[in-house]
Amino acid sequence: MALDKNGIAQRIAQEVQDGFYVNLGIGIPTLVANYVRTDIEVEFQSENGVLGMGPFPFEGEEDADIINAGKQTITTLPGASFFDSSLSFAMIRGKHVDLTILGAMEVAENGDIANWKIPGKMVKGMGGAMDLVASAENIIVAMMHTNKRGESKLLKQCSLPLTGVGCVTKVVTSLAVLEVKNNQFHLLERAPGVSVEEIQKGTAGTLIVNGEIPEMILS
Amino acid sequence: MINKKVKNVQEALQGVQSNMTLMLGGFGLCGIPENAIAELVKLEVRAVTCISNNAGIDDFGLGRLLQKKQIKKMISSYVGENDEFERQMLSGELEVELTPQGTLAEKCRAAQAGFPAFYTSAGYGTEVAEGKETREFDGKMYVLEPAFKADFAFVKAWKGDAAGNLVFKGTSRNFNPNMCGAATITVAEVEELVPVGTIDPDHVHIPGIFVQRIFQGKNYEKRIEQRTVRKKQ
Repeated sequence: MALDKNGIAQRIAQEVQDGFYVNLGIGIPTLVANYVRTDIEVEFQSENGVLGMGPFPFEGEEDADIINAGKQTITTLPGASFFDSSLSFAMIRGKHVDLTILGAMEVAENGDIANWKIPGKMVKGMGGAMDLVASAENIIVAMMHTNKRGESKLLKQCSLPLTGVGCVTKVVTSLAVLEVKNNQFHLLERAPGVSVEEIQKGTAGTLIVNGEIPEMILS
Repeated sequence: MINKKVKNVQEALQGVQSNMTLMLGGFGLCGIPENAIAELVKLEVRAVTCISNNAGIDDFGLGRLLQKKQIKKMISSYVGENDEFERQMLSGELEVELTPQGTLAEKCRAAQAGFPAFYTSAGYGTEVAEGKETREFDGKMYVLEPAFKADFAFVKAWKGDAAGNLVFKGTSRNFNPNMCGAATITVAEVEELVPVGTIDPDHVHIPGIFVQRIFQGKNYEKRIEQRTVRKKQ
């Protein structure tokens, strides 16, 4: 069965390693924090200016001055710090953040990503996404495999305005885990109960299937 | 001590005119200069260019200036929370320059620090880089981005003193420190104007040299855009 948003987040959480500073984008990526192993040390960075982000506050304890990049009220953990926007992007641009997880509308087989604009329809802006994808070396995209019309979001070439070029290294979707290299999507894992054929059908870009493809293990 | 204190928001905004370029701190509704925005609405200045990460929501923050059609151009990174903004932009009434968030911050900081421009990898190969100079450093491509030029910067701090020293709180810091000294005149509004000497020099986030006018703000609403909480067990 295809994964829902929480399932995707749960699988991506396995990519988070001990000692990592991680930037989580808005949407599915935000959910990743809920599934990271509790026996490792990880710090979450939010580009509006906080490192060491904690869970949502208890009811009545929310503070308008302490939010994440999704404008949600948050808390901080011991060891946290606040800083200005320029310093925040120095962490990102300067490659001090180890892992970036973000959503996308489209990903192409060459690692291009589009997630900020649908010409004439939707223009929300890129926020920090262009800075993140242009700098980070370890970028995981979290998204549904197909859009609401059932069309593939893993393409030969992005049709929407780009956010960044040749930057995505891994994609975790509702159907699969894929590595992006040599201008191809390489199938690494299948969602539980999802066949290679289904993944093939939902992938418009070049899909490489090498040998037996294991199912994801979600605890 | 060089005194930067002015008595109220009216005095603080003296000299603001139509067609000017204004910087406004804040991320979403967090750390926005609420008093300065309210006064800009009252002053009925027109055709201003606003440099601000976001455009507020329909009835608060810069959304209030948008409602009155006082803004000619917005320079922002993300404008997703404001329907009126999206409407004015898609209809062409409002000119919009979407800028990557880190680039936006650095264009402020460059103006503050006296750099005319800088190279960044953000936006390379996208429409953001169209028409801009690009250059390769160590095998990677970068885009040349000029510093901002602005007439006024409006920032909001938690505490400040008459010398113009500022202390920010939590994530309401965001773009505010980067905009201080990045415009011809920087106006700081504070929740608490404290006596000079009470802020430990080691705890000053922005030294007063970057601030021309400071005033005690009033009636802060500090609205929350996304109130997310968990229940106590």
